Amino acid sequence: MVALASIGDGLSRCLTTPPVEATAAFQQNAAMLHLRDISKSYDGQPALSPTDLHIASGSTTVLIGPSGCGKSTLLRLIVGLVRPDSGTVTFRGEPMSAQNILLARQRMGYVIQEGGLFPHMRVRDNVILMARYLRRDTGWIEARLEELTDLVHLSMHLMDRYPSELSGGQRQRVSLMRALMLDPELLLLDEPLGALDPMIRYQLQQELRAIFAGLGKTVVMVTHDIAEAAFFADKLVLLRSGRIVQQGSIAELARSPADSFVTEFINAQRGPFEALGEVLA
Amino acid sequence: MNSAHLAWPCRPGHAVVAVVLVLVSFCQGVASGAEQVSIGSKSFTESVVLGEMLHLLAADAGAQADHLRQMGGTRILWEALLSGEIDAYPEYTGTLIQEILKGQVVDGKDELREALAVHGLRMGPELGFNNSYAIGMRRERAAQLGLRDISDLRELPDLALGFGNEFLDRADGWRGLQQHYSLPQADVRGMDHDLAYRGLASGALDATDLYTTDAEIAFYGLVALADDRDYFPTYQAVILYRADLQDRSPEVVTAFSRLAGRIDAAAMSAMNARVKLEGVAESRVAADFLAAELDVQAQLVGRSAWAGFWRNTREHLALVGISLSAAILFAVPLGVAASRSQAAGRLILSVAGILQTIPSLALFVFMIPLLGIGGPPAIAALFLYSLLPIVQNTHAGLEDIPSPIVESAAALGLPGRARLRLVELPLATRSILAGIKTSAVINVGTATLAALIGAGGYGQPILTGIRLADTGLILQGAVPAAALALIVQGGFGVIERRLLPAAAMDTKAG
Repeated sequence: MVALASIGDGLSRCLTTPPVEATAAFQQNAAMLHLRDISKSYDGQPALSPTDLHIASGSTTVLIGPSGCGKSTLLRLIVGLVRPDSGTVTFRGEPMSAQNILLARQRMGYVIQEGGLFPHMRVRDNVILMARYLRRDTGWIEARLEELTDLVHLSMHLMDRYPSELSGGQRQRVSLMRALMLDPELLLLDEPLGALDPMIRYQLQQELRAIFAGLGKTVVMVTHDIAEAAFFADKLVLLRSGRIVQQGSIAELARSPADSFVTEFINAQRGPFEALGEVLA
Repeated sequence: MNSAHLAWPCRPGHAVVAVVLVLVSFCQGVASGAEQVSIGSKSFTESVVLGEMLHLLAADAGAQADHLRQMGGTRILWEALLSGEIDAYPEYTGTLIQEILKGQVVDGKDELREALAVHGLRMGPELGFNNSYAIGMRRERAAQLGLRDISDLRELPDLALGFGNEFLDRADGWRGLQQHYSLPQADVRGMDHDLAYRGLASGALDATDLYTTDAEIAFYGLVALADDRDYFPTYQAVILYRADLQDRSPEVVTAFSRLAGRIDAAAMSAMNARVKLEGVAESRVAADFLAAELDVQAQLVGRSAWAGFWRNTREHLALVGISLSAAILFAVPLGVAASRSQAAGRLILSVAGILQTIPSLALFVFMIPLLGIGGPPAIAALFLYSLLPIVQNTHAGLEDIPSPIVESAAALGLPGRARLRLVELPLATRSILAGIKTSAVINVGTATLAALIGAGGYGQPILTGIRLADTGLILQGAVPAAALALIVQGGFGVIERRLLPAAAMDTKAG
């Protein structure tokens, strides 16, 4: 709890509050992201059937489903790494296009499974690359770097190492720092903890949730682990074969499943824990 | 970001500046007030000696003369003369009629002069010797048998004849000769020409074919039987020069004409022998002749072995440096373009691949009609030859970057050019450097062939060494060329270690 409180302190410092009227206008629209009729296929194989998705400002949404269900494709469509065959992505009221995607990405943070850190750059350079490119003030960059190291619990001396000299958990923390450097409104995470061993994964889950809560940012996360999804999500979006099967809180999905697949998916992953509970009882 | 490897794309700029400096020093001495007269010579001793005489005469007449030694075969000299790369070179009437103007009926000297005038060329007076095929025997053997002319051979059907393989096979060689003179000899063997000379010396052979000015004539004490029925075409030595030389530098043409009729076959043969058998420099032999016959006291520019070595080194470095720098500047962007679109990639890689399949010597020769002779065509050929390894490795280096890294750079909002400069090229550096290293080593070796088209470099002593069968001279070119290749290889190793700290290149742990 003490640790969490100190994180909170760090957070309030590193939050650069947006102008009041913009925030107000925003929350009236309440849509950070709106995907309309968006679809994508690869070599004739549909990866995502025409899909609508609404993501509210300040919420944490988790995209979940079995492998190949289209959850990663959905996330990559949002950040523009994949171009949709049809439909539009609207980010903060603006339809995304080749012209505005670069600016939009600067307001999004993106973290992937193995971090995607640039191996030829020291950790510090990885984190501040974009800020440097945009010629942000050096003093501001240094201050922001320090805030972020506090936020993700890394010590400053690691900043001079290369990514290959860090542990997996440390690399994910750096990747998060890089995503947060420009204080984006939207944070996109594609299986951010998927490659970590269970103990570190558990610890990072706790910390990440605290960070999200403190920052108040809109978060979209992809995972295939229902427990992790339930732990983070305000809203779960369950996909199967390129379609959204059901959206809602974990309680809604458990209580009133849209079809038998929803129940099966939840139970399939809950199984081992219940089995463990029975054994212990 | 301030680390060295991010500055990588700026590096080739320094190399280019250095290369330009080398080029400038390579070309200096060209600018001067006096009329510039360039002499060429073919890749055999007699041509080089005659070329050296023309060079010394032109210099004596006040021109700023230079001599492009042993530029190659007839075709190369002819093209070089037509394009104005050279102003004059020694040629033979038979070669002009039989090879160069082949297909035209040229009868007699006046017609030959007319045919040459069409090309803007003039033929100077004959020098005084006919370097044709002849039938040679040892002097005492000929005297013992009482032989003077080729027709005398008809009386001696049991003579042992040995000919060079080329002479034996050619229609206008032994077969034609035998018919023309109705020669009865049946004991005729084909063999390597050097062995035929030894056969004559040992008495195993009675006669062989030879060129009338061969150095070996004096050495083995041979005599040429007279071609009393005019079978062999005449190969009168003449000076071929551009018509405009008469206007630009009449005193040089006048100086050339002083050689008219001054060199007979015996004198030429003796000069060839001094070079080939005694190892005297061509320029010395030529100067001695001019002093004795024309009272021209030529000033020999004493060229020490070190000066020659330094000159070859400079030429070689210029060839390699310019062609390789240009190849880097072109091939890296081409490799980038190849990795950007599949269609472009296939096209670029296959064109570069095809260039590589052209034999290097052929590529040098292809460049002559486009760029003349000397440095420019050699550099162009070496440039084309150096492209493929760099294009391929740039392409492969970019393709091998793990996609999460490429996508992370894109997801940051970096524009394509910035991604290339900050992330992709630095990560492909190892592969690109390996490609450049391969190109550089190939380039250093291939550049030795540039001497064949008059571009100098370490190939020059190799070529001369082959002509004079002088292994020491061959090594003077081959050893520095090999050493340069090793230095280049080692140099790239150092650059690689400087530029790429091990931890920074571990793309596995991203």
